Amino acid sequence: MTLSDLNPLKSAAVRDALDGKASQSLWRQAARRFRRNRAAMASLAILFVIAATSILVPVFWPNGIEETYWESILIPPTFENFHWFGTDSNGRDLLVRVFYGGRISLTIGLLTTVVALLIGVTYGAIAGFAGGYTDSIMMRFVDVLYSLPLLFFIIILVTIFGRNIYLVFVAIGAIEWLTMSRIVRGQTLSVVTKEYVESAVAIGLSRTAILVRYIIPNVLGPVVVYVSLLIPTNIIIESYLSFLGLGVQEPLTSWGLLISQGAGHIDSAPWLLIFPATMLAITMFCFNFIGDGLRDALDPR
Amino acid sequence: MPLLEVRDLKKYFPVRAGLFRRTKAQLRAVDGVSFRIEKGRTLGLVGESGCGKSTLGRAILRLHEPSSGDILLNGRSIIDVPRSGMMGLRRQMQMIFQDPYSSLSPRRTVAQTIREPLDVHGIGTREERRRQVDRLLDIVSMGPQVRDRYPHEFSGGQRQRIGIARALALNPEFIVADEPVSALDVSVQSQVLNLIADLKRDMGIAFLFISHDLAVIQHVSDDVGVMYLGRLVEFASAQDLYRDPQHPYTKALMAAIPVPEPGRKRTRLVVKGEVPSPIDPPAGCPFHTRCEQVKAVCSVKRPLAVDVGASGRPHLVSCHLYGDGGQ
Repeated sequence: MTLSDLNPLKSAAVRDALDGKASQSLWRQAARRFRRNRAAMASLAILFVIAATSILVPVFWPNGIEETYWESILIPPTFENFHWFGTDSNGRDLLVRVFYGGRISLTIGLLTTVVALLIGVTYGAIAGFAGGYTDSIMMRFVDVLYSLPLLFFIIILVTIFGRNIYLVFVAIGAIEWLTMSRIVRGQTLSVVTKEYVESAVAIGLSRTAILVRYIIPNVLGPVVVYVSLLIPTNIIIESYLSFLGLGVQEPLTSWGLLISQGAGHIDSAPWLLIFPATMLAITMFCFNFIGDGLRDALDPR
Repeated sequence: MPLLEVRDLKKYFPVRAGLFRRTKAQLRAVDGVSFRIEKGRTLGLVGESGCGKSTLGRAILRLHEPSSGDILLNGRSIIDVPRSGMMGLRRQMQMIFQDPYSSLSPRRTVAQTIREPLDVHGIGTREERRRQVDRLLDIVSMGPQVRDRYPHEFSGGQRQRIGIARALALNPEFIVADEPVSALDVSVQSQVLNLIADLKRDMGIAFLFISHDLAVIQHVSDDVGVMYLGRLVEFASAQDLYRDPQHPYTKALMAAIPVPEPGRKRTRLVVKGEVPSPIDPPAGCPFHTRCEQVKAVCSVKRPLAVDVGASGRPHLVSCHLYGDGGQ
């Protein structure tokens, strides 16, 4: 080749490579920007602590979750007998119940989001990539489900199947993937017009491979941001379902259920409301800061 | 036998409207185009934006399914080959894209991008593929140290060369280059053009080179086709076309080329009006609404291609001023 005049050594990337600097994928660049965001990093740390304590405290705390202390009913926070958060109207230790409730709330938030993520991304990407009538039919189906009020849907489920924690998963997951699929479809529509998709067709890649290797990786940016906002949304949904008595049932507990019980004692025993509500609020703040940080990191404009 | 022969190729896009998305009209992007490309030769395709030249290139590769007509590669029709049978053809025909900023996936490294065609077609062992990627990088004047870099770390010209390396991976006989330099700075254009010229010379690859830049087309082409509103209005060797354009539209295009010669007066041939819509193209000759030399027959009868070649090479013009209509 007589192309020495092109002098590839001029390029910054090549110079970096010669200097041994690591190559930077877009994800790695985003991670670096995210780490520079103090609020998001602090939130991540707090969230990590909340998650860790929710897992560990119920294991090691001297008071059990369902243990009732008849001699100490509705006592305010005290260091005696490890009732740091006080006790409820059944004489159960509130601290251990708050952290145990955190376990359930966080698990529901995470699992329902994973369900919504898997269904929503697959469905939206297929609809957007297929286009035409397939796309229309698939998205009209989403519109129909969208028009169904969540509460109504859950009351129907509860009447048919009875109260069950798994129903909460199904119900939240079944509703929340709709928004996800719309986001992914919108992104897909813009990605399929890119020439790299045509180039994938030109080299003979199958449609499934194009979907998996080209479309989905290139729509994930906004999806990641939405996921970080969907987790707290789902925790809140679980909370209000439990608050209304449609979600988690005693003796299991969750933040929503604890808040609901605390609200009944707001005059006589405010700590029953304050502790779970504070935990929930902190968690919500953290997720939102992380969401903001992710958006800034993934979409630097 | 020509490497590629296109016969009366048409590509219509349905224009849908209304509640039930019924087809209201047809957009005639490519409306009956025929030509041949010999092995190792470059056909330059020139025309205004929207004249259907990109659609034509994509229809030949069946990235858009042609509406009718025939495409023969090495004498074999490829128009009815089912999707599953396209794999073999993909090895023979590749494409270089216009926009180097959108033709490489931002999530894949250079090596992944270039190796992918080899993976898809199951060519070679792992080690052979790795070596082939290095060889391809070398052909496009990039070192193996760029393997694990991502597209956003390169300039437009470098990205375009990565795209070319990917197109070369399967050793194609024929490449459609869709405006490969129009998104690049002028200073970088020549690098990519020279690379394409080298590929043609050293590897014997035939090109369909699409551009709206007459100077670029003259530089790279053996033959040139001039497109207007989905049709080929003139087809000749680059030499003949640039020395002696025949079609009124080609003449106007040529007159618009700036001449770097101080004091020389340009005979300006201004084409009046706008390009008509390809949804409702004019009857007869597509150019008659804007032609200076329009005659009565032009709006009625579609002109056939007439060979006006004087130098022994074909020089085809679709215009009523020539052949029978010219008498």
